[in-house]
Formats: sequence, C-alpha cells, structure tokens
Amino acid sequence: MELLSGADMIARFLKDEGVEYIYGYPGGAALHIYDALFRQDAVKHILVRHEQAATHAADGYARASGKPGTVLVTSGPGATNTVTGIATAYMDSIPMVVLCGQVASHLIGEDAFQETDIVGVTRPIVKHSFIIKHPTEIPTVLKKAYYLAASGRPGPVVVDIPKDMTAPTERYEYVYPKKVKLRSYNPVTRGHTGQIKKAVELMLKARRPVFYTGGGVVTGDASEALTDLVQRLGYPITTTLMGIGAYPQRDRQSLGWLGMHGSYEANMAMHHADLIVAIGARFDDRVTNNTSKFCPTAKIVHVDIDPSSISKTVRADVPIVGPAGSVISEMISLVQGREPANPEALTEWWERIDGWRDERRGKLYEPAAPGEPLKPQQVIEAICEVTRGEAFVTTDVGQHQMFAAQYYKFDKPNRFITSGGLGTMGFGFPAAMGIKQNYPDDDVVCITGEGSFQMMMQELSTCKQYGVGVKIVNLNNQSLGMVRQWQDLNYKSRHAHSYMESLPDFGKLIEAYGFTAIRVEREEDLLPALERAFADKDELVFLDVYVDPREHVYPMQVPLGSMRDMLLSKTERT
Amino acid sequence: MRHIISILMENEPGALSRVVGLFSQRNFNIESLNVAPTDDATLSRLTVTTVGDDRVIEQITKHLNKLIDVVKLVDLTEGNHVERELMLVKVKALGAQRDEVKRTVDIFRAQIVDVTPSVYTVQITGDAAKLDAFLQAMSPIGVLEVARTGVSGISRGDKVLSL
Ligand SMILES: Cc1ncc(C[n+]2csc(CCOP(=O)(O)OP(=O)(O)O)c2C)c(N)n1
Ligand SMILES: [Mg+2]
Repeated sequence: MELLSGADMIARFLKDEGVEYIYGYPGGAALHIYDALFRQDAVKHILVRHEQAATHAADGYARASGKPGTVLVTSGPGATNTVTGIATAYMDSIPMVVLCGQVASHLIGEDAFQETDIVGVTRPIVKHSFIIKHPTEIPTVLKKAYYLAASGRPGPVVVDIPKDMTAPTERYEYVYPKKVKLRSYNPVTRGHTGQIKKAVELMLKARRPVFYTGGGVVTGDASEALTDLVQRLGYPITTTLMGIGAYPQRDRQSLGWLGMHGSYEANMAMHHADLIVAIGARFDDRVTNNTSKFCPTAKIVHVDIDPSSISKTVRADVPIVGPAGSVISEMISLVQGREPANPEALTEWWERIDGWRDERRGKLYEPAAPGEPLKPQQVIEAICEVTRGEAFVTTDVGQHQMFAAQYYKFDKPNRFITSGGLGTMGFGFPAAMGIKQNYPDDDVVCITGEGSFQMMMQELSTCKQYGVGVKIVNLNNQSLGMVRQWQDLNYKSRHAHSYMESLPDFGKLIEAYGFTAIRVEREEDLLPALERAFADKDELVFLDVYVDPREHVYPMQVPLGSMRDMLLSKTERT
Repeated sequence: MRHIISILMENEPGALSRVVGLFSQRNFNIESLNVAPTDDATLSRLTVTTVGDDRVIEQITKHLNKLIDVVKLVDLTEGNHVERELMLVKVKALGAQRDEVKRTVDIFRAQIVDVTPSVYTVQITGDAAKLDAFLQAMSPIGVLEVARTGVSGISRGDKVLSL
C-alpha cells in the first residue's frame, strides 16, 4: 500500500492514466501540484505563455489523437483564462480535463486572493465538473473526469482542487481506479435495431439520397466504417466543417463540405435530396440556413449519440440514438448483399450532381492577374500540393479558415483541426503546437490571419522553449477579412474597425524568437517559400503571405434562404 | 402546454445549480420548482413545472437527462398523476371578516394554523388552480402575505419513479 499526498496522487494518477503531456501555467494554488510534477518524469508539463493557449494545445492534441487533452492551471485568473478554450472544446465535443487550483477550502466564499468560482463560471460550457472535498477522493474523481470527458458525447470536464487537498504533509492511500461507474451516466453503446432497419429500408429505396456526416463520425472513430457504407451504396456524401476527412475528399462520391460557405454541389444536392442520412451532425444553423426552408423534399434519418441533438432544430423522421461506429456497422450488415431499389433514379441523380459540379468547375475563384496580389485560395492550393494533402492543418477563424477548408483536400479524419462551433480566433497556433509535440514526424501547419495570429502569438516563446517545429502560414490581407466581407455585403462597405492598422513587421517579430520568417508577395515566390518552409520538420517557419484584401469567400448562403440560395461570386447568385 | 417534470438526482452540491442553470442557459421556462431529499439520502427529488410546446418539452427532458447528476426523470403530465402544492397565507381578519374567512377556509378545506386579533394564517393544499382560486376569494378581504411551495407531484397507480 502506498501513501501519497494529494499532489503526488495527481501526478501519479496522470501517469497511470497514460497522460504524456499536460499543458499548464503555475500559480499559488497549484504549487503543491507543480512540486509533485517536478519530482517525477513520466508526465511532461509544457509551460505555455497564456492559459488559453494551454486549453487550445490540449484541445488540438485531443482532436488529432482522439484522446483527452489535459490542462493544469492555478486559481482565479489562471482558471478564468481557460474559459474561452473550454467553451471551444465544449462546442466541438472535444475530450479535455482541466485541473484548476483553488484557494484552500476554509477560504472559499471569502473573496480570498485569487478566488474565483470556476465551477460556477464554467457550468454552462462543461460536460461536468467536480470539486475535490477530500484528498482521498482524488483518484476516483480524476478517473471519473477522464471517463466522462472521453465517453459518450465527449466534452471538457473541470476539476477544482482547493490547495489544502494537495498539502504535502498529509498522506493517504493511493490506488489507481481501473474503472469507475456512475449510476446516472450510461452512454448508449448501440442503436435501436428496429430503427436502424427502418433507416436502411429508406436508404435502399431512396432516389436522391445524400449522406450528411459530422464531427461525431470523427470523434466516434467511425471513418472507415462510414467510407465502407457510402461506397457500398455508391451515394453522394457531404460532411460538415467538423466532419472533414471522415470520407476521402478526393473521391468522386465526396461533394465536399456543406453549409454557409460549403460547396455549390453539396448545398444543391442537400436541397434537392429525397433522403438525408445525417450521422454525427447536429443541423447547426451554419449548415441548415433557414430551417423552415431546409431540404423541402427530404426524409431525414438522424444518427447521433446525444439524444438532445436529434430533432433539436430539424425534425428527424427516423431518429437513431447511438454511437456512429456501431450504428454504421449495423447498417453495413443490413445492406450487405442488397442493391438499391432505384438504380435509374440514382443514375439520374448523379447526372444532376455532376451537372452542378460542372457548372462551377474552373469558376471557383478568379486567379490573380499579373502584378496583382496573390489570391488566398491559390496559397492554400499550394500548401496542399507541397504537403501532398497529408499535413495536420489547424486554422484560426475568418476567411483564411474557410479558404483552408475549401482548398486543402483531406483524405483522412482528424487532420483538419478548426474551431467550428465557437469560432475562436487564436485557436490555430496553440492547437498546432499541441499536435506537433505529439506527432513530431508529421507536417503540422497553422493557416492563420494577421488578426487571429496576434491573439495567441505569445506562444512563439513556448515553441522556442520546447523546439516545436510547426509551420505558420499567415494569409496577410491586412484586415479582419471576414468582418470586412460582411461589411461589404451588409453595411455598404463601411469598414468599422475591420482594418488592422499598424501591423507589426511579422518578420522581425518572428526573428526576435530566433525563428525564420519569409515574406511572400509574388506568385513566383510562393512555391519555393513553401518548399523551404517544409524542408525541415523540426524547424518553426513563418510565412507572411500578402494576399488580396478585396477577396471574398464564396459560395455564401443568403441569409434566411434555403440551402440552395447562395451568392457564388461578387456578381452571381443562384 | 404546462408540464410537471419530476427528477431524481444525485444529492450532490452543485446538482441543483446545474438544473436551474440549464433552464436559463437554454431559454426554457420555470414556473415553479421544489426540491428536497428523498427516503434515500443520496437522492434528491426535484419537481419543476414548465410551459412549452412538444418540441420544447422534448428538448427539456433530453437536456435534463444529459446532466450527469440526473439519475431519472418523468414527465408526470404524460399520464394520470396527483399534483399538490402547499400554500401559507396571511389574511386580514377583523370584525365580520373573521367569520367570512373561516367560512371560505371551510369551503376550500383549508386550515387556520395561527391566529392573532387581526390576522389569520391559513394553510391550504391542492393543485395550483385551487390555490389560485382561494387567493382570488380572499383578495376582497385582504391578502397580506403568501408563501407557496411550488408544485410537487407523483404518478397515479403502481408505477414508481425510483432507481
Ligand atoms: C475571439 C474572437 N473575436 C472575434 C471574432 C469575430 N471574427 C470572426 S472572423 C474575424 C476576422 C479575423 O481576421 P483574420 O484573423 O485576419 O482572418 P481573415 O478573415 O482576414 O482571413 C473576426 C474578428 C472571433 N471569431 N473570435
Ligand atoms: Mg486578415
């Protein structure tokens, strides 16, 4: 039997749980824990430069690996700095455990120095939270935290740890709990067979089917099963932004992603479909546009592990509560040996879809005229080419994010890493950092904008400390491009505060940290700069790419319209 | 439509705030709410009355079920049920009013539980409509103070809400 202090229990638990990296920042209430971390070497702590970055780094790691990320911060400001990162993970259902130091139990409620009710502050943005009431609870509470974070519909879990719970002088028995049970929490492990059968019958009878799949397929590790099912049936598939890569985008059956800035053919196909098979997607407003005009002729099959996602915004005809993987496998076994009932209708359906594809082929954007600034779209295409479509790509939020999603082609899941639900500027760079540390042999590139990058650029210092070789491509349009686009469209181009006046000299800034920066303004410099940047996997390189500030992201759904109501360029609409 | 949802939840600190927080966070209505431990000290029973169409009520029950602290719940209004609320009311009782209050109390099968020369304190139980009717009947005489517990309820018949 082993006697450990609460602080040592935390360090030991993390090791026993198989946690390799934690991201954090020390302070008074967490110092016992930091001391325990210092006296061991199984768990590596990465010192970020802002607690928000710790959450994004842990989140990026979680998205890439499927395992929960871990964050450790102190009470008060340390804890409140994690709020944006927790909300980001919550909105995208990312498993994460945030350990917060707290003032000692006897001080709670007295407005003690650096006291914040972080459990209260984060209540609406966590899957669950705990406050440690006695050191002996630490192993079970932490086990519950990891179990809750990663199971069912994943999400962030906060554990508040008053300082006296980790006092080095008090020791208690430590046993690693291999399993925990919660009587009030039993995530479903499979869908209702009768409902799945009903869905499969609809699928086989469909004349104009579309698969619409989301992040649930990625977090549910169900991409292979999905690809199998979709290819057996030969039906078109579109994914959400969060679902990118769950089905190989370069395959003919892939229509790309859908929604506000989704592909023309995906949105058209959705609108005209007679059957939508939604799996692990939540009919978010950025997908459906006006729900009363959404897919007027379609029956809807909706598979989701979270019952509250089903029929939340759009009524499902066949609701199926269950994890994507097991439901899809069951669908495959039911489809086996059977053929769709309406092959001619399906051929016609594909002809229409190919027609929509052809309509937009070669017209997605206008390439830069000689002497004009580079187009952001061509920069993304070049990144995709140089990395052979195999990199981990993180983004920030704005036009560059949409261009990255549109023009980089992903054939694998967990590779496109973006803040979809919350749309958090500042996410991309720390997320890339978290991924690169765990996948040192892969290319990890953060596609960002000069606005977003400046929200978390202090992490250059962390990258320097740990030698993190991420690539940063700054699509520098010298403006808050997405804001500017909305102002162009809705406010007669009154650009209220969407300029980034007095931008820093990014080259000098990067060099101050000892890294390489390359400024790119001309087309002929683009590929060589990218090749130079990706030549050495261990080196952080920053490309400051000047792109056309007048460019807009298209297609763009028309507000209050149906899925097919889109602006296609500055002068065309459907 | 009005619904009465009864919830068994872990008797843990913070559990109540999660339920209440959910209603404000998701813009659901709370008309009344009451909560107390059950015969099993590890469980509390919370009863909430709320108003919404079928879609909203479906969302409310789904989101409540999703809370980790919620063990089980039932929408009592889906079946036959008994609904009760307790109210304590102080009413003016001077001169001729004293008799009139007493008569009304008898009609409503309420009880006078405290008396002063000028005030009666009345205890009454029933469904919310009965309590409302009593208050209306008393209002010409003068209602001084009202304390209502909020609705509690239980299903009729053999069905039980337990672990
Ligand atoms: C933290 C945060 N604040 C504000 C916004 C609103 N917002 C969305 S896109 C955008 C502009 C982003 O500018 P930049 O990073 O330069 O990207 P660009 O659109 O120019 O490619 C803003 C301000 C946000 N998404 N996140
Ligand atoms: Mg910009």
